[in-house]
Amino acid sequence: MSMLQVSGASKRFGGVIANEKISLEVPEGKIIGLIGPNGSGKTTLFNSIVGYHPLDDGSIRFEGQEISHLRVPEIARLGMLRTFQQTRIYGKMTCVQNMQISKPNRNEGLMSMFDRFPKEDLARIDHLLEFVGLYSKRNLLAGDLSFGQQKLPEFAMALMNEPKLLLLDEPTAGINPTLINGLIDRLKRANEEMGITLLVIEHNMRVIMNLAEHIYCLAHGEMLAEGKPEEIQNDQRVIDAYLGAH
Amino acid sequence: MRNTILLVLGTIIAFAVPFMFPAYQNQFAMLWLMILFALTWDLMGGQMGYNSFGNVVFFGVGMYITAVIQRDLYFDIEEYAHVAGRIDALTPDQYLTGIFLGMGVSGIVTVLVAIILGAGILGLRGHYFAICTLGLTIAAGEIASGIDYIGAGSGIVTPVFPTELMAKGMFFYFVFMVLAVGTFLTNKWMLAGRFGLAVNAIRDDEDKAEAMGIRTKRYKTMAWATSAFFLSMAGGAAGNLFGFIDPINVAFAGATFGVWMVLMAILGGKGTIWGPVIGAAIFHITQELFWTYLFGWQRVALGAMIVGIVVFFPQGIMGFLRQHWPHLFGHKVDEQTTVEQGATKESEA
Amino acid sequence: MIANLSILFDAPIFVVQLLIDGLLIGALFALVAYGMALVWGVMNIINIAQGEFVILGGYVALTVANWGVPIVLGLPISFIVLFLVGWAVYRAVICRVVDEDLFISILATFGISILFQQLMNQMFTADVRTLQSGLDTWFLFDDMVTVSQIKVVSFVSAIVFGVAVMIFMRRSRLGQAIRATAQNARAARIMGIDTDRVYAMTYSINAAICGAAGALVVMTWFVQPFAGLAFTVRSFMIVVIAGLGNLGAVAVSGLTLGTLENFAGFILGAEFQMAFIFSLLVVILVWRNYRLGRERKVLR
Ligand SMILES: Nc1ncnc2c1ncn2[C@@H]1O[C@H](COP(=O)(O)OP(=O)(O)OP(=O)(O)O)[C@@H](O)[C@H]1O
Ligand SMILES: [Mg+2]
Repeated sequence: MSMLQVSGASKRFGGVIANEKISLEVPEGKIIGLIGPNGSGKTTLFNSIVGYHPLDDGSIRFEGQEISHLRVPEIARLGMLRTFQQTRIYGKMTCVQNMQISKPNRNEGLMSMFDRFPKEDLARIDHLLEFVGLYSKRNLLAGDLSFGQQKLPEFAMALMNEPKLLLLDEPTAGINPTLINGLIDRLKRANEEMGITLLVIEHNMRVIMNLAEHIYCLAHGEMLAEGKPEEIQNDQRVIDAYLGAH
Repeated sequence: MRNTILLVLGTIIAFAVPFMFPAYQNQFAMLWLMILFALTWDLMGGQMGYNSFGNVVFFGVGMYITAVIQRDLYFDIEEYAHVAGRIDALTPDQYLTGIFLGMGVSGIVTVLVAIILGAGILGLRGHYFAICTLGLTIAAGEIASGIDYIGAGSGIVTPVFPTELMAKGMFFYFVFMVLAVGTFLTNKWMLAGRFGLAVNAIRDDEDKAEAMGIRTKRYKTMAWATSAFFLSMAGGAAGNLFGFIDPINVAFAGATFGVWMVLMAILGGKGTIWGPVIGAAIFHITQELFWTYLFGWQRVALGAMIVGIVVFFPQGIMGFLRQHWPHLFGHKVDEQTTVEQGATKESEA
Repeated sequence: MIANLSILFDAPIFVVQLLIDGLLIGALFALVAYGMALVWGVMNIINIAQGEFVILGGYVALTVANWGVPIVLGLPISFIVLFLVGWAVYRAVICRVVDEDLFISILATFGISILFQQLMNQMFTADVRTLQSGLDTWFLFDDMVTVSQIKVVSFVSAIVFGVAVMIFMRRSRLGQAIRATAQNARAARIMGIDTDRVYAMTYSINAAICGAAGALVVMTWFVQPFAGLAFTVRSFMIVVIAGLGNLGAVAVSGLTLGTLENFAGFILGAEFQMAFIFSLLVVILVWRNYRLGRERKVLR
């Protein structure tokens, strides 16, 4: 059975139909891509999955459990995290502090509110910051990093949280092209070495074709096509959608 | 080593002050109270970004609970009303039992109140929270003014301090010192661990904190209940120090204590450990000067001072120091160059 | 409390009385709330000093009346004086906090509010003051219901005045600039609108509206240096319920609040009227937020 199963999800904002009967599956251990032109409803779908707004219709199951009625933090604690298209980090805290507070919150009792930070944490934080290439900036305030750089602590924080499934909203947006290869590599390693299943929104075709094993394509809020990267690449409907044939 | 010396020195001074300046014991007791105000506010407003005008409610509730317990423990109401203002019948034992029992009970009760109120109010964000808590303070004062059991609009007179015990100022100096130092140490202890980073995360971006699975409600309630706990005990003692409780101008004094808390924390530098302490000290001294030299106009001057601080000095003393000498605060700003190189190296690899 | 409630059931005519009084005062609440919505929407500032402007407007009208100026001129004079006061406050304080975070501006306007309270207290003492209009009272339903004419005059003035400000906002160039700035200050600035001037005008117009309302308040009700905060809170509630852009809703909420408050004052007793207003604020905010929470949103 799939790790994440979205079936018939619909979401309207007033008159705007952002998602119409979307169904998709994310099997455990895979990297799945989600593409579509601007405004096609990708971010909205992410928001629905992680509980930012109620669905109008449809169901969302995570590891077999219906989660469409749960709230954001509860869903996060089940082991499904997302990063934001507009990067969000804790700006007035250092990168290390950002990481420290991103430890998993799954089974904490009342008194663990006052836990200190054990040595193992620091080692793991150093390792992860090294992994995303931020080690030398670890003591800077995260808000002082450039916008492109802020993607890195956000990604590292997500890894720190040890999610089972990670939803990434345009991880390469605003990142300089020479660094993108490194990032693809890191995403793959996160998937293979840390066993994190990924669902990735991406506009950069080269990246997503390289990364994903299976790709879904949205257009005008509806599921337009799905398939292997090669199939999507050659699908006339997808090409039309991207060239702006409305 | 240097810290130990400072600590010892500080302790000696703190204990010596009431003996050295016996005429100013009350003022110094008030100074500790002000420090406690600023610290409890800062835990919410400075560290967590929940700017509350309503913390003074807990102060007032504590004040009333303690006074009522002191009263009802040894008098029935009729008799008390009859001798109003002249209760010198309490023995030191009775007085001490009453006041400490009262403070303890109010500590526990206000924690519950904070949890209950928090369930609704702590869900509000930003300015809605600020204004809601402002409403809460004034509502509390108005409601208290209508309840006969606690003296309605004319308030309660607290028992006369048994001076055969020791000087009144001396007693309250030490009570407030213990409370303020307790608050300080509690803040410091709480903020040093996960709690500290969690409330800072809530301050910086609560949506992100929720998205990362942090139990924000729990942390928010904890911060509020902690403030409530210390404020209410301080309230219990303060009612006795003042000798008189007025619902609007003393207990739920939103326009004085309620704003001062905010102001002192901002003046010292909100979101820092020492800022509120420094802010409270400076504010208290200024205020005493206002009372001495601007009598009649001191409240006008205070209003002007609020505006002045907020407009011209919102970063506070600690913020100012941090801006100009960041290395004192352990922020490294000079790793820039090495980083760029490191990043490129990595991408090549 | 029960006793008062049963009076209402036994003599329904009281209901009419309370309703009329409530509606008549509610129009003034709506007017002040409209000003608050204006400043909030355009400048993103919640003006805690709103109520003090109202009270100050009342004192201005009172003072000029004592100088022998005809009472009908009280409203325009308060309007102008408070416009100037608003301008001065903007130049001295508000222009420095417009772009700061919201709490800074709340605190700054709170400071202004305290400053004004204390100044008024020094100048006019803490006594409750009213201005006698010299108008008559109508007696309706066999003298069971009394309607003082000044309240009706004030109600009508409030509406006429509110409509006039609205038309000004729609038609005049300044009004259009204000609305453009409200929608997108950056874009407005790029299009050559002097947003600093727009902010100054917005804040001053708001103060002037409050001043005019104050002139009516002092004739129909009373002023007192510390009575301002209640007006601020009423306006805030009205705006929270009605939203920033919706004038019709502001009017309806204002009238509703006036009525509600009047009934609460009667049923709970006058000593709990303020307690009612401020508790209502807490309840409304929590309730709105709870409703939004069920859609997984928060009040922003
Ligand atoms: N909160 C909202 N309120 C109203 N409309 C919204 C809201 N969020 C999204 N929309 C609308 O829903 C549609 C889909 O938006 P969405 O952000 O999901 O697109 P997207 O596929 O992520 O686009 P992009 O590639 O530009 O990020 C858009 O037309 C957008 O205007
Ligand atoms: Mg998007």
